Amino acid sequence: MTYSQRLVNLLLGLAPVALALMLSTLVLIAAGAPPLEAYKHLLQGASESPAKIADVLVVWVPLALCSAGLLFTFTAGLWNIGVEGQIIFGVIFATWVARNLYLPATLLIPLMIVGGMIGGALWGLLAGTLKVYGGVHEIFAGLGLNFIAITTNIWLIAKPWRPDLGATMQGTDPFPAAAWLPRLAGLRLSPVSLLLATMALVVVFFILRGTLWGLQLKAIGKNARSAYLLGIATNRHVLLSFALCGALAGVAGVVQVSGVWGRNIPQISGGIGYLSLLVAMLSGFRALGVAPVALFFAALGVGAARLHLRMQLDPSLAGVLGAGLVLSVLLVAGLRTRLLISREG
Amino acid sequence: MKVELRGIKKCFGSVRANDGVSLTVEAGSIQGLLGENGAGKTTLMKVLSGFVSPEGGRILLDGKEALFSSPAQAIEKGIGMLHQDPLDFPPLKVLDNFLFGRDSGFLLKRALARKELLELSERFGFTLDPEAYVNTLTVGERQQLEIVRLLSLGVEVLIFDEPTTGISTPQKATLFATLRRLAKEEGKSVIFVSHKLEEVLELCSGVTVLRRGKVAGEIAMPCTSEELVRLMFGQVITTHVAEEVSLGEPVLELRVWGVHTYRLDLSPVSLQVRAGEVIGLAGLEGSGQRLLLRACAGLIKPSRGSLFLRGEDMSGKSYQKFLDAGVAYLPAGRLEEGLIPGLNLAEHFVLARREKAPFFINWALARGDAGRKIEEFNIIGSPSTLVEGLSGGNQQRALLALLPDSLRLLLLEHPTRGLDVESALWVWDRLLERREEGTAILFTSTDLDEILERSDRISVFSGGKMLEILDASQTDVEQLGYLIGGNRG
Repeated sequence: MTYSQRLVNLLLGLAPVALALMLSTLVLIAAGAPPLEAYKHLLQGASESPAKIADVLVVWVPLALCSAGLLFTFTAGLWNIGVEGQIIFGVIFATWVARNLYLPATLLIPLMIVGGMIGGALWGLLAGTLKVYGGVHEIFAGLGLNFIAITTNIWLIAKPWRPDLGATMQGTDPFPAAAWLPRLAGLRLSPVSLLLATMALVVVFFILRGTLWGLQLKAIGKNARSAYLLGIATNRHVLLSFALCGALAGVAGVVQVSGVWGRNIPQISGGIGYLSLLVAMLSGFRALGVAPVALFFAALGVGAARLHLRMQLDPSLAGVLGAGLVLSVLLVAGLRTRLLISREG
Repeated sequence: MKVELRGIKKCFGSVRANDGVSLTVEAGSIQGLLGENGAGKTTLMKVLSGFVSPEGGRILLDGKEALFSSPAQAIEKGIGMLHQDPLDFPPLKVLDNFLFGRDSGFLLKRALARKELLELSERFGFTLDPEAYVNTLTVGERQQLEIVRLLSLGVEVLIFDEPTTGISTPQKATLFATLRRLAKEEGKSVIFVSHKLEEVLELCSGVTVLRRGKVAGEIAMPCTSEELVRLMFGQVITTHVAEEVSLGEPVLELRVWGVHTYRLDLSPVSLQVRAGEVIGLAGLEGSGQRLLLRACAGLIKPSRGSLFLRGEDMSGKSYQKFLDAGVAYLPAGRLEEGLIPGLNLAEHFVLARREKAPFFINWALARGDAGRKIEEFNIIGSPSTLVEGLSGGNQQRALLALLPDSLRLLLLEHPTRGLDVESALWVWDRLLERREEGTAILFTSTDLDEILERSDRISVFSGGKMLEILDASQTDVEQLGYLIGGNRG
């Protein structure tokens, strides 16, 4: 690569960031806030104290888990929109384990994790089955199943798992102490969840990069027809990628109930499933990219709370900023391909 | 309209597809553009028709410099191209396709367009039904549709890129008559792109030969095919003669075996193919040959009868089981149903391995294996070359290289489609090696000479029926053409 080519690549890499900053500055000005001050608060809000950094990691963990899972389905060329529902079924299975098995933490927590993985995997598998055998496009299967999962969880919380005192829709009773993930002293962060997310990213990285199964998945994603003719069992691989993605989303669900909230609540998935789609896209569908991109989104979310406190700006502004960045990246990538095509014909 | 291309330059990466190519076509003439695969013919024509912007050179139309950056602009200037694969919309009706590209305001003027379509097709003796769906038409009819569409847009220059690929002998005759008429009577300039010598000799009034992106020579007709071959390849090639191979045990046996799809029924067939035997399947596109191949590969379930592979009944077995039994199928769409664009050669070889592979891929080993295969099969590329970057001939070599070592039955669709003489010979040399190892081969081709030359037996298809199984040495092009047209012996 020549020096000028490198420079062009670097500029193209920075272009989306610059574009996103420009967009969000415009939004901030339109909202009547001094942009520089807002950025300062965002940055400080996410990093000024160990507690804040821990909070960022608390958000990072489920994002990283779900995005890692999504790398399987994206590699196979699938749009698994159903991550949200897969998180919730992980939550439902883990909640059942926490409420029904009276075991010490050393047994209960692994069982909850396994239960969550099974719940998420089954829900993912359902979307996959609908696609492979029912001819339902995975986007619609995922969307439909998300609604069913959310409604099921609300019903469970409102009926069978209703707290004894009063029937508010706030959530279940807090889990027994043995079902809580251990936390770092004074922080909301659990080292176990951090370990789980990191492990997931490492395993996904090696599976997609170095294994025959990863390569077969890639082949299916690029051309399922040719892959089938080459003798790859495409249906089985597609189902497995859904199950694995669901399992990791299920783990994210377990982390949410047993590490963050300590009980099951209706809005337990909190849009993480959708946000992780953006994370996976922005990372270029690479495990190495997921960690920093998820960190960025987590920081944006945590920092935005302070934007609200100090500048009376709605925290949903964080969503606007994040989405602006995703759109900018996709736009620059799109323009780049167009540029290359018009150059090469 | 007189067309002049002067010093056209176009590179794709490090490949110089066109390196200062000049070409002149007079109004009312048919100019041949001849060259082997990858010589730069299609690129040059894409430049002329606005699909590709050149990096250098000029285009003159009737002496005036013309610039255009899209096919729409080129059509506006009077240049239309018929692509090798028809660029139409198969799920739509003929009339809808005819309407594309017209700037006729917001509402479609169907009645007017229908009248124009019928008039134009009558003028050329075409029988196009405006209400027929394009996916029910033959390739030849789709070409006719594209011709009348371009003419209705006021095109003065018509480019035909390998138009005889995939059409039958009678359709070819109609096409050639049309081309002559376009030039002689309508005064259009026609550019005929081909790698088939005899077609160029038959049709064109002048030929420009391209070799490796440059003009190798220009000849006015008449000339000899030897002259053209020398210009194309720089040498004269002689064709090999098929050797006698002793046939072995029956490999494939079909017993009153039929296939049913919503589009076409293949009437019950009984056929026995022995090890080392080569059977050519002749017929118009869509007459059932492809259906037979796909069903023999286990990709389509037969509707009746049974299929035996070396005595084993394969009814109800999956495609995987067919693969395990030593069956391989090579479809015509190399990048659609064969190779995986976006993956490189080394990755393809890893994926194609049939034996049990370890969970983790040893990439150093895989690249070494790929390197050996690439050398053995004479592929121009490296283990890290993406397959879409290979030329058509090299893609075909790669597909052959991906086949398992020992095969019982090899099913090929148009094994040499779009290949130049040299590559086609090479492909057949590899296939004949297989045959000597006892592989039975079934193949389709639109080239009757190829079928006659390469097959032991020939089966002729017409409208979903396998008409006859002929001994290749006892028949000729005339008889085959007659049968293909649906007339018995």
